[in-house]
Amino acid sequence: MSYIINSSEILQTIQMIGQQHLDVRTVTMGINLLDCAHNDINICCKNIYDKICHKAEKLVETACNIEREYGIPIVNKRVSVTPISLVAASCKAEDYTPLAVTLDKAAKAVGINFIGGFSALCHKGFTESDLKLINSIPRALTETDIVCSSINVASTRAGINMDAVALMGKIIRQTADIDPMGCAKLVVFSNAVEDNPFMAGAFHGVGEPECVINVGVSGPGVVAHALKECKGKPFDDVAETIKKTAFKITRMGELVAQEASKRLGVPFGVVDLSLAPTPAVGDSVAEILEIMGLEKCGTHGTTAALALLNDAVKKGGVMASSHVGGLSGAFIPVSEDAGMISAVESGSLCIEKLEAMTCVCSVGLDMIAVPGDTKAETISAIIADEAAIGMVNNKTTAVRLIPAKGKKVGDRIDFGGLLGSAPVISLHEESPAEFVSRGGRIPAPLHSLKN
Amino acid sequence: MKAIVSVFAKDAKGITAHVTALLAQQNINILDISQTLMQEYFAMIMLVDLEDCKMPFHELSTYLQEKGAEKALDIHIQRQDIFEAMHRI
Repeated sequence: MSYIINSSEILQTIQMIGQQHLDVRTVTMGINLLDCAHNDINICCKNIYDKICHKAEKLVETACNIEREYGIPIVNKRVSVTPISLVAASCKAEDYTPLAVTLDKAAKAVGINFIGGFSALCHKGFTESDLKLINSIPRALTETDIVCSSINVASTRAGINMDAVALMGKIIRQTADIDPMGCAKLVVFSNAVEDNPFMAGAFHGVGEPECVINVGVSGPGVVAHALKECKGKPFDDVAETIKKTAFKITRMGELVAQEASKRLGVPFGVVDLSLAPTPAVGDSVAEILEIMGLEKCGTHGTTAALALLNDAVKKGGVMASSHVGGLSGAFIPVSEDAGMISAVESGSLCIEKLEAMTCVCSVGLDMIAVPGDTKAETISAIIADEAAIGMVNNKTTAVRLIPAKGKKVGDRIDFGGLLGSAPVISLHEESPAEFVSRGGRIPAPLHSLKN
Repeated sequence: MKAIVSVFAKDAKGITAHVTALLAQQNINILDISQTLMQEYFAMIMLVDLEDCKMPFHELSTYLQEKGAEKALDIHIQRQDIFEAMHRI
């Protein structure tokens, strides 16, 4: 054909979308809510509702139009807001559940899939508002459907707030006792980022502009397909193939982000260079690792394979976008990835290996079902381990565990939709209770003498 | 605005005639056509100009899909920019 793009390239794009699950995972609008503050919680709620409905009024319609025009699925449309512990700090109310209910109502009114920002940043210590928000989480997540909550308990510069770690173990336990589904909407961070478009951890940081568009791309299936052509070749070729594929995926995300930003009249923030799996067969990060030559994800070699994948995705994606941010990297949520589910079921993937994998990938222990009788202090200790990895390695890590009520190791819990289903994983029985109950702060690490 | 129309189907007589007639009815100018057979499947890619097309893009997209489905054709229309973004630096 005489025009610039040849037909094999067009067919490649069409196959990526049609057969290899290429999609834009989310277009997320970040909205500043600091100006909604009021000491009367009802007025604060009204301000929040009005502002979200005003700013995000055209978000879904615009994303749907872009989806149709470019023929690229945009799976989720989301909103992230300023951490509610800041917005509500002047409210006299003790319980912040009405604010979560307001977020839920506003999100449903504008037709989005999720809203994130029922959050608090307490990596160095709690404000009174942080504590009120955290104590409201079990009720707030039960009384809402699409509100996501995130708590930052550690950072490389501040260390780990072990009081927050201990408290979050209890909160996750309480949330799971009401409804385990609530825990799928709750994440505990170390080094949380301000521009993450992915749930459950999205919030609109205080360094962000009034309103912003961030886009998260996806495409494990596309990378898996490309790597099948590399069978038997050295890792140099594997890395090159992943980089080239990540470039194409990210360019598509960049185009969608720029177009959404232009049409909505809202500045473009970042593209999150992510490989986000879905429970669909052929859309799995674990499968990519297995294509690299591992019999099953979780066996020896998995961490190295994931490190290569994560790095190559970033290298390929960075040049494809004008601004990169968010969590950027490969996600390894267990319940949302058919290959991970199968690896846990077969016994090759255990919690320790998952923890090792989080050292080299984008986030952390994500969507992992643990036995229903797991104690709060065990959950806290898992959070502490993961926070330590993030703190020492200068990266974001997170924990999203789901204590599966009434279930034991080997049983399965279903979440539905993109959240998938997870086999209950085995944890250590030995108690970390004394360790967790110490409280205080684990000091920030040294940044020299790095060995 | 320029767009890419892609048509996939089991090979049969009159596919090109059917699709080009649909486009002509909507005042869409075909700038270039390429077609190939992949095993028994027919794949046609067209570069079209929507300058004189009165139908809004999303309606056109649904219209082509529905009209295509009547003859067991898989017809998609996408703006050209996405292919340029993905394949050209």
